[in-house]
Amino acid sequence: MPFTFSIYDFTGFTQWIDATLRGACSPFWAVLWEMVIVGVLFLAFYAVVGLYLVYAERKVCAFIQNRVGPNRVGPYGFFQTIADLIKLLMKEIISIREADKLLFNLAPFIVIVTSFLALAAIPFAKGLHPIDLNIGVFYVMAISSMGVVGILLAGWSSNSKYSLLGAMRSGAQIISYELSVGMALVTMCVLAGSLQLSVIVEQQRDLWFIFKGHFPAVTAFIIYMIAATAETNRGPFDLAEAESELAAGFHTEYSGIKFAFFFLAEYMNMFIVASLAATVFLGGWMPFHIPGLESFNHVMDFIPPVLWYIGKTAFIILLMMWFKWTFPRLRIDQLLNLEWKFLLPISLVNILIMAFIVLMGWYIGL
Amino acid sequence: MTEEIIIKEAPEQEISINMGPQHPSTHGVLRLVLSLKGEMVQKVEPHCGYIHRGIEKMTESMTYQQIIHLTDRLDYLSAHMNNAAVCLAVEKALDIEVPERVKVIRTIIEELARIASHQLWWCSFGMDLGGLTCFFYGLRDREKILDIFEETTGSRLIQSYNCPGGLMADLHPDFQRKVKEFIVYFRKLLPEYDELLSGNIIMMERSKGIGVMTKEQAISYGMTGPSGRGSGFSCDVRKHHPYHAYDKVKFNEVLRTEGDTYARYMVRIDEMRESMNIIEQLIDNIPAGDFAVKMKPIIKLPEGEYYQRVEAARGEFGIYIISKGEKYPYRMKFRSPNFSNLSALDALTRGHKIADLVAIGGSLDYVIPDIDR
Repeated sequence: MPFTFSIYDFTGFTQWIDATLRGACSPFWAVLWEMVIVGVLFLAFYAVVGLYLVYAERKVCAFIQNRVGPNRVGPYGFFQTIADLIKLLMKEIISIREADKLLFNLAPFIVIVTSFLALAAIPFAKGLHPIDLNIGVFYVMAISSMGVVGILLAGWSSNSKYSLLGAMRSGAQIISYELSVGMALVTMCVLAGSLQLSVIVEQQRDLWFIFKGHFPAVTAFIIYMIAATAETNRGPFDLAEAESELAAGFHTEYSGIKFAFFFLAEYMNMFIVASLAATVFLGGWMPFHIPGLESFNHVMDFIPPVLWYIGKTAFIILLMMWFKWTFPRLRIDQLLNLEWKFLLPISLVNILIMAFIVLMGWYIGL
Repeated sequence: MTEEIIIKEAPEQEISINMGPQHPSTHGVLRLVLSLKGEMVQKVEPHCGYIHRGIEKMTESMTYQQIIHLTDRLDYLSAHMNNAAVCLAVEKALDIEVPERVKVIRTIIEELARIASHQLWWCSFGMDLGGLTCFFYGLRDREKILDIFEETTGSRLIQSYNCPGGLMADLHPDFQRKVKEFIVYFRKLLPEYDELLSGNIIMMERSKGIGVMTKEQAISYGMTGPSGRGSGFSCDVRKHHPYHAYDKVKFNEVLRTEGDTYARYMVRIDEMRESMNIIEQLIDNIPAGDFAVKMKPIIKLPEGEYYQRVEAARGEFGIYIISKGEKYPYRMKFRSPNFSNLSALDALTRGHKIADLVAIGGSLDYVIPDIDR
């Protein structure tokens, strides 16, 4: 297979790698090598994205709070988070005498592995899609809900009351808000008629789903944003680690790199929910098209899909950061009220409306 | 006589938690022992004394000029008011009439200190509720006041600007201009506080109807200052027992009747506006004259008992002196507002959640060195 590389379509490139590997060794080893390559790439990607989301958050919050933010290590403080990571790596890992050693050490890994696994189903660009599962949306939902196990274990095994309270809150919160996230995504899957993320992206070639599905899609998007913010334990729903109430919540007793795992996983979860929102609502890596304006569409096509994907994800992450730094925190009963009395009924009705609209063909079609 | 057998009910999964002495929202080294049932607070037991320095005992071997510097270290955010209480007591005992200029300057600085204190309270209250951005907005504006203080009094936080008989130094030439600039600046920015926190739906949900204290309760707990006035207890010393130049200015005593966290919050926000009104009335009319009366180097109060109270930023600050006619006081007692306000914490928080405890604690605005002394 000839070598082809295009920034607009990675299919040829990935197929060339596959063909080369299969030509060089047996199919078993070829697949194994591919797994290693993808794994290493993802580890690097994970670390870089995690670190730079921390940096971005610090800059964004500094901007909101009339501050400068990190500006000492490297230009504009660009290497600040790397310095922080090195500091965390070198810190002592405190082990607690009365803690459940096995679970205590296992918890950060569960949290970080689940956030890592969810990345596998995200389509980054045409052809840059690690595994195109036919139940992609379901897979991401299922994997990201595993993270709560790690949080609960962390709170339980630390043998600290603050940690336990944080974990209890977190359990109640994540399990409830998962419903709304799921319902919002189901609403969009009804419109798409598929759970496969590549199909969902492909269907948004001409019109993103948030426009195509008009009223119920926008409602679903708002519900998704609220619920996803809550599911990732971010402010104003950061009750699990409410520092003014519970010191640091479920990770009070963790130090050094294990704390960094929780921290990194929080940011990666944010990245994953933002990616999913970008994919399902805002067309993934598809450029913005206005039907009928051919020349405009051509200009939009000129921007590489990877940039479209990163731009949309960054926009949603920015929204979530904006929430966090402007709102005070909710109380646990208000949090659950919001979910069970408002978001869930609204999203249930919303699914019905969406199903009706799809049935009648009242979506904005072309 | 048969022994009575007391069957104790097994405590229903009640856990006790130490909140503090190191905890982000106890605002210092206050230790609260909480009994929790799930998230519900059953009992709050404040344990004081982690920053007890024995200031009242120390004053017994200090001259009155020296005591001033200790009162700074009580409620460091209303240091100027605490100073003024000592000075007023000494001046009253010695029958000294300070010049009008001193009275006006003391009033202006006191109100500036009150605004600065309420700004810092707003910062920390926002942070208690989880809105970190408030912290930076409040500190940004407080910085302007601290700069004014630095120029005139020589220090930013604990000024020790008062002394018996007047002030330590005269005003800085830029003082009036800078204060006027600040008033213009802060009048524009105070609505920002409302936009960011007061009008926020989450903040209202978190504070309305939380930690309700009736007027009778407030009086019986001795809650004063904005915390008492949030319950409708008219306790403003500036209004009822005017000192300095407070009888010459027009201002309203901010009162609210709801008695909940939101009322205490709004009282403080409105008090900042009232303080600006007071400063505006005085800043252009600072009379000329001396900044202090010539005092003897060693002040000896005539034998007797003296009490003076002032309105500090957190409530009524009282100072009680027993003098035996020597240069040191025989006994001295401070009535600190935070101590009485803290005593109401248990009654306020019972049956609420931990998050409410933090919000209520924030609305009481305690400063720990003032509680422990």
